[in-house]
Amino acid sequence: MSTVPVLPFEPASIPRVDQVGVEERAVSLGKRSIKKEAKKTGIRLAISMIDLTTLEGKDSEGKVRQLCQKAMRPLPGDPSVPHVAAVCVYPNLVPVAKDALAGSGVKVASVATGFPAGLVPLPVKIEDARRAVAMGADEIDMVIDRGAFLAGDYAKVSSEILAVKDACGEAHLKVILETGELETYDNVRKASHLAMAAGADFIKTSTGKVTPAATPAVVLVMLEAIRDFYLDTGRRIGMKPAGGIKTSKQALHLLVLVKETLGDAWLTPDLFRLGASTLTNDLLMQLVKETSGRYQNEDYFTKD
Amino acid sequence: MSTIVEEKAGRKEAAEKFERERPRLEFGAAWEYAPAPESKDHARLQKRYGLFIGGKFVAPKSKKYFETINPATEEVLAEVAEAGAADVDSAVTAAEEAHRKLWSRLKPAERGKYVYRIARLIQEKSRELAVLESMNGGKPIKESRDVDVPLALAHFFYHAGWADKLEYAFPRHTVSSIGVCGQIIPWNFPLLMAAWKIAPALACGNTVVLKPAETTPLTALALAKICQEADLPPGVVNILPGAGETGAHVVNHPRIRKIAFTGSTEVGKIIQRSTAGTGKRLTLELGGKAANIIFEDAPLDQAVEGIVNGIYFNQGHVCCAGSRLLVQESVADTVVAKLERRVATLRLGDPLDKNTDVGAINSKMQLEKIRELVACGVEEGADLHQSSCAIPAKGYFFPPTFFTGVAQSHRIAREEIFGPVLAVMTFRTPEEAVEKANNIPYGLSAGVWTDKGSKIFKITSKMKAGVVWANTFNKFDPSSPFGGYKESGFGREGGVHGLRAYVELS
Repeated sequence: MSTVPVLPFEPASIPRVDQVGVEERAVSLGKRSIKKEAKKTGIRLAISMIDLTTLEGKDSEGKVRQLCQKAMRPLPGDPSVPHVAAVCVYPNLVPVAKDALAGSGVKVASVATGFPAGLVPLPVKIEDARRAVAMGADEIDMVIDRGAFLAGDYAKVSSEILAVKDACGEAHLKVILETGELETYDNVRKASHLAMAAGADFIKTSTGKVTPAATPAVVLVMLEAIRDFYLDTGRRIGMKPAGGIKTSKQALHLLVLVKETLGDAWLTPDLFRLGASTLTNDLLMQLVKETSGRYQNEDYFTKD
Repeated sequence: MSTIVEEKAGRKEAAEKFERERPRLEFGAAWEYAPAPESKDHARLQKRYGLFIGGKFVAPKSKKYFETINPATEEVLAEVAEAGAADVDSAVTAAEEAHRKLWSRLKPAERGKYVYRIARLIQEKSRELAVLESMNGGKPIKESRDVDVPLALAHFFYHAGWADKLEYAFPRHTVSSIGVCGQIIPWNFPLLMAAWKIAPALACGNTVVLKPAETTPLTALALAKICQEADLPPGVVNILPGAGETGAHVVNHPRIRKIAFTGSTEVGKIIQRSTAGTGKRLTLELGGKAANIIFEDAPLDQAVEGIVNGIYFNQGHVCCAGSRLLVQESVADTVVAKLERRVATLRLGDPLDKNTDVGAINSKMQLEKIRELVACGVEEGADLHQSSCAIPAKGYFFPPTFFTGVAQSHRIAREEIFGPVLAVMTFRTPEEAVEKANNIPYGLSAGVWTDKGSKIFKITSKMKAGVVWANTFNKFDPSSPFGGYKESGFGREGGVHGLRAYVELS
């Protein structure tokens, strides 16, 4: 059984969110000027927070092994660049990633619970998660049943998260809200609290299969939910934006949101991750530029 | 006996333990932003500036010059000519002639072209103007870059469009210009206030004599240069730096037909006395002590942003600043805790740094006034909350501050502080909120925060204030009229209503 107590979830007590106001605040934090040392530090931090992801039907052992190499050594020949936080794959490829990453410190994350729609019976979800953990996943990225959430069946959503959390055992649970399908910030805020109260270790914006995904305003709403939950309960929940994060500018913007909403404690891969498949090379390109003063040709960065 | 003492000690210990272990957020040094200063080279400062009269920069007949400084460093930026009575007279003569011979006779569409050209030139020189504004006034570059300059040029663009359409603004009337307008503007938004004044005056066919504030003449003088570059006919715009005395010469000049003043209520009253019976038209935009009302059903995180924007924007040097916070008792503790955390993240410092949120206080005099009123708040028993941010050794800075436990009868709840100081008061019912909000001699602006649409309409319609924002604060647009009730002045600026002050209707 999970050691974390399940907390009551009262939809009526969830703070409201004003769309115009929250978007304005998110945009204003995007105007922070991150230069020189701050940029280098920020980029290294961002690399160390990446959940390097491949979630395609055509994923194979070869593809995943290559991705794992990239995860461990993002910039060959420069050991000062940290490894990424985790490699995120479908359950069948967990053993491959586990083997390829053995001893590297890079975690293996697996999507589960009928990803990406989550519209399969609960026992299947539980089994999906349980098997992924059994195959070696350190972290499980589950999806919530958005249909049930939008229909107001919070108890169903909550009990499914609880059951999956239980199935995860020691593995960390990230709960994907799929904010692009929840549409309103009020829903995002409500779903964030619901997931945290039900035992999520992380809350995550999106599957990457739906747009919009990790917009700055959505991330801000979720960070504010995490902040209030922490102040109420003392529990630090992690945050993972995912989907559409391709550039260093976007990544640094998200880090600014974290720094100015949650503060220092969250600026670590233990509590903040960036789900991305193509972000790494842009971060590397900017990092090399900051050091050398020149932009390199994209072929200087490996595409795995 | 001893058990009671023990019990008390135990309770105290428990409270201390709770306080120690209470979850808190640390906004420290985990990832510091490197300094990101905008280059001063954009400002292109002259050592000395003359008066702008008849399309030329001329030496003052007064022979007087005064120094203008950077309030963030206390360094002298330039020497600026001070206009005396004879200089004001020359400017009025130039303006009168320009009005009579040319500007009032010009085809309205041609007038529009000039106004449009000024707008384009401001746009082209945005960066120069923003840097100059921040250096001379102390406001953060992010504000001069994103608010002051874009709004200033928007005012010129907007009014350029009106120049040949005035008959549509005032149907069934014949529209003509007034003549020479004397305009006196404050130091909090130097370029923007110049734009608010000059753009409608010119579009309506008037000529102007404008006096920028004593502490912030540089962007108005840059605007004078822009008028030259735009080939604006000589005398249409005249700019005369100076202090109160220069302003008095402008107000009292017999051939000025209209006075537009933005500044303190105290000076506004003097001006109204001086112009009474002279036939001069007058518009006044004066002080304020706006209530920002937070209801329990408000989107609280955004409301906190609105509070911060309302009082710390431009260091609180805003006539429509939300300097009184009225928060419903049921959410007061939550809002105050959120505000306290948010204030801790405000970055105070070099106005030219792109990451600065709160810049320098405009002048030493203003800093002293703020200090005096804050000391008074403490003395009167309100609870002081202040950011612990580092204060630069040089320059005029004041940390973001708010008071809780404030009552209507505290001085800090009555007087305009014009600094980054907020008075937090509570209320129980909507009726009480309305009563407290309106219970002040001022009436410039107000804010209402609630997620309930019907409440927005109900409360905003009861506010005795010229501008009321719902679920936002400090939003401006050239098409939206701005102005006050009660001792916050009369007349409107912006929109169709704003044109009314600059036309003669028959």
